[in-house]
Amino acid sequence: MKEIVVISGKGGTGKTSITASFAMLGGSDVVVADCDVDAADMHLLMQPDFNFAEDFYSGEVAYVDQSNCISCGKCRDVCRFDGISAKNNRYVVDPISCEGCGYCARVCPTKTIINKKRLAGKWFISKIKTGSIMVHARLGIGADNSGKLVAKVKNEAKEIALEEHKGFILVDGSPGIGCPVVSSLSGANFVVLVTEPSVSGLHDLKRVYELVKKFNIKAGCIINKADVNPAKCAEIVAFLTENDIVHLTDLPYDENFTRAMVLGQTMVEYDHGKLKELLAESWEKVKRLGSGTY
Amino acid sequence: MTDLKPLKIAIASGKGGTGKTTLSTNLAAFIAEQHEVVLVDLDVEEPNSGLFFKGELTHEEDIFKMIPQWDASKCTLCGICPKLCSYHAVIQLGPSILVFPELCHSCYACSELCPVDALPMIPKKTGTLRDFRIDKLNFVESRLEIGEEQAVQLISKTKKYVAATYGNVSIAIFDSPPGTSCPVMEATRDADFVILVTEPTPFGLHDLSLAVETMRTLKKPFGVVVNRYGIGNDEVIHYCREENIPLLAKIPNSRKIAELYSSGKLMYQDFPEVRQSLSDILDYCIKAVKGAKV
Ligand code: SF4
Ligand code: SF4
Ligand code: SF4
Ligand code: SF4
Repeated sequence: MKEIVVISGKGGTGKTSITASFAMLGGSDVVVADCDVDAADMHLLMQPDFNFAEDFYSGEVAYVDQSNCISCGKCRDVCRFDGISAKNNRYVVDPISCEGCGYCARVCPTKTIINKKRLAGKWFISKIKTGSIMVHARLGIGADNSGKLVAKVKNEAKEIALEEHKGFILVDGSPGIGCPVVSSLSGANFVVLVTEPSVSGLHDLKRVYELVKKFNIKAGCIINKADVNPAKCAEIVAFLTENDIVHLTDLPYDENFTRAMVLGQTMVEYDHGKLKELLAESWEKVKRLGSGTY
Repeated sequence: MTDLKPLKIAIASGKGGTGKTTLSTNLAAFIAEQHEVVLVDLDVEEPNSGLFFKGELTHEEDIFKMIPQWDASKCTLCGICPKLCSYHAVIQLGPSILVFPELCHSCYACSELCPVDALPMIPKKTGTLRDFRIDKLNFVESRLEIGEEQAVQLISKTKKYVAATYGNVSIAIFDSPPGTSCPVMEATRDADFVILVTEPTPFGLHDLSLAVETMRTLKKPFGVVVNRYGIGNDEVIHYCREENIPLLAKIPNSRKIAELYSSGKLMYQDFPEVRQSLSDILDYCIKAVKGAKV
């Protein structure tokens, strides 16, 4: 079982559309993991049945049980996050500000503060239209540390892939360079970087590649909307060569990306011309590179 | 000069790549034609607005967060501190106490509850703030150290710097990080008005609905700007109407705009209809926030 992760540094590069096309091409041999939990969109193209759903708890939030509170104010004084305020001598926690550090509960003389588990989101296992399975999630509003939810989604996908003897896990990775993308990348056999030829595209590509290098994972790159800025595109290609990143393909600026999305379809279902051909070729390369047989 | 606080407008989106940076940079430049304005890039993991401005660097400072430092000479190895930290940022390893700065939320619990003061808090660099000036436009960006996981503190300290330095500027624009998690909440929580940027596509609609939920949780007044209007369908427009959300502007889809963006250029000068939209957006924000005077 091989693990392929698609990331882009920043959103809007077409990462999810490309990942969904790969999932379609891979069919029943590919378990999909949508690790872009902060803005999970893959399900809009995959017709998931939400067969299994479970709440996900991470971290804590303080709660003042009023019955034993003697209004001493100690909890408010120690909190560094303005998490506790007093109205008419009634001490209450603002769950949005509370970081769940637990300090207030430790100093409360009457032990009347409890730390409750924080509901951080929901995760799902679904049958999808590719004939395979997708693990996906939804992060709760204002939740901290989506990295843990990302890790959960990935591990579940991995277990399913092993149990059902699937060839690949395909991960739609998280944006940014923080903890969630680190969780997305750990254990990957191959990384597909999706970028676009713009000043910010190149800038984000370089930053996210720093991270990929640390993990020592082989990487390939797809330049989307390549024809929008040929000069920038050439700069990106130079960067790829310099860093020994496989240049998988260039995709043209094509509004079919959006037209397919509006119909809830992947590119390879909607388009039967050049775009489909380029994506299919790329997927074949990715599979071989991911299996180390290039 | 006025003694009013600046009008604080935050620009956010459910996910990256929807045109959030395009809108904040163009809006700031447009306002700067007449008024003093400060644009603040709070997308500290991937600050990109700076790619659009070549200003003069007027100020640069390291931003610190407080972390505990172990004092071996005082420590009695009582073993309390690892139990005090909810983030596993302090652990005991044989006869030493280890601190993991990236995981520390600066809650002070370990430091203040250590019976022998063996964990004094010391500053640790978490990012760099830079302040630039181009005529009437002031531009502040903060960049998180690679590997640092706590964006929230850097965001909050950057806002403090802006409040202290630009209290007399009439308008402040905050480019927020994408998503719905803690950093977005921190970036938008004290804004007077929030502009949500989206695209007229199924992904755009889905991400917008999450962002709307976040703003409703924070009880913020907000409006929507649709970017790349014309590319997908009208579902986003219908959604706004049904939900009673003000639609502030529609920025047309155009390959030319994509090209200008890709070269790091502002675009409103070349598109009279975009200039008009920016002016409408600004008027709306000023009217929506009672007492704001520009
Ligand atoms: S748990 Fe920490 S952040 Fe939350 S209210 Fe208590 S002291 Fe404040
Ligand atoms: S520390 Fe405990 S008793 Fe004192 S105000 Fe807080 S909740 Fe009430
Ligand atoms: S709480 Fe203080 S004395 Fe006890 S192990 Fe930690 S540092 Fe040492
Ligand atoms: S200050 Fe708080 S978060 Fe930081 S190490 Fe100490 S207990 Fe943990």
